[in-house]
Amino acid sequence: MEHIANLLGQIEGLTGIGIGLIIGLGALGACIGIGVMGSKFLESAARQPELKPMLQGSMFLLAGLIDAAFLIGVALAMLLAFANPMVTSALDHMHALGAAK
Amino acid sequence: MLANAPEGGFTGYIQHHMKFWNLPHVGEGGFWSWSVHMDSILVSLVLGVLFSAWFWMKARKATPGVPGKGQAFVELVLEFVDGQVKDVFHGDRRVLGPLALTIFVWVFLMNFMDLLPVDLLPWIAEHTGASHFRAVPTADLNVTFAMSITVLVLVVFYSFKAKGAGGYMKELFTAPFGPWLAPFNILLNIVELLSKPVSLSMRLFGNMYAGEMVFMLIAGLFSAGSWLLYGFGILGYTAWGIFHILIISIQAFIFMVLTVVYISMAHDHH
Repeated sequence: MEHIANLLGQIEGLTGIGIGLIIGLGALGACIGIGVMGSKFLESAARQPELKPMLQGSMFLLAGLIDAAFLIGVALAMLLAFANPMVTSALDHMHALGAAK
Repeated sequence: MLANAPEGGFTGYIQHHMKFWNLPHVGEGGFWSWSVHMDSILVSLVLGVLFSAWFWMKARKATPGVPGKGQAFVELVLEFVDGQVKDVFHGDRRVLGPLALTIFVWVFLMNFMDLLPVDLLPWIAEHTGASHFRAVPTADLNVTFAMSITVLVLVVFYSFKAKGAGGYMKELFTAPFGPWLAPFNILLNIVELLSKPVSLSMRLFGNMYAGEMVFMLIAGLFSAGSWLLYGFGILGYTAWGIFHILIISIQAFIFMVLTVVYISMAHDHH
């Protein structure tokens, strides 16, 4: 029983670290990307204000593109947090071993 | 708030919300062991019919004089989409324009289901017989992949149409590196072709799935049992809802623009 609890705890702890890495590194990258793009947008809008409406459209488009990879990561992290497939499969293996004995 | 919370507390609540409404006798095993997500099909069909009927009615009753509010709105959407298509694609817009309009409005409406309270449609569905219900069709990989694979088919179709079978084959085998590296060229082109639907659908799915999940997490605060957390729940739900209006419009817009870009790339000769 303790072995099983240990194993499950190990899986859950490692999953927690994984979730933190997924969200943290994803947010880091997306924020740097959005920041670089936003600063360039502001610079060019200040230089040529008449181009602002056109640039704004493409900026939002690119913001969506940059954000997408991060949000896919968030979705995967949420899946791991609330319906962890690894815990389920570990439990399945344990049931199979228990049945074999 | 948690009208249909099962045993198992918060995690159980989330997992209950993650289940699709499957048909009862499909997916029993054997050959027919796939599942049919009735909720996604139902919601997307209803929204599609609603959108088509609405725009068709406005188009039928359109006046050249002073337009009413409804007609002005429909014209606004139409001109916005048509302008985007015109910027990217220089050619006959009679197919691509309506396609872009359909994708934009339909995806937007399906994304908009995210802004309804997360428990509303599941609660209604539970009282009419369905045990599980997911309201946002675009948070279902099947729906987004169906749309993006349709786009892939259109890209291949227009490549054949614009360049002819011989021209398209020549381009596939010789495009970036010339005829001496034909195996690498075909490999590269196939990867490029297949990456389009995958990135289109995963982007939309990921955004909507994560958005729905955050709404559920915030909704969990309502049943946390303290008035302070209840207040945080209301604040969080409002803030994320307002931010999410931006996300759903941008994702619908991106899906539309990329479809137009891919199809107009299919028309280009290398």
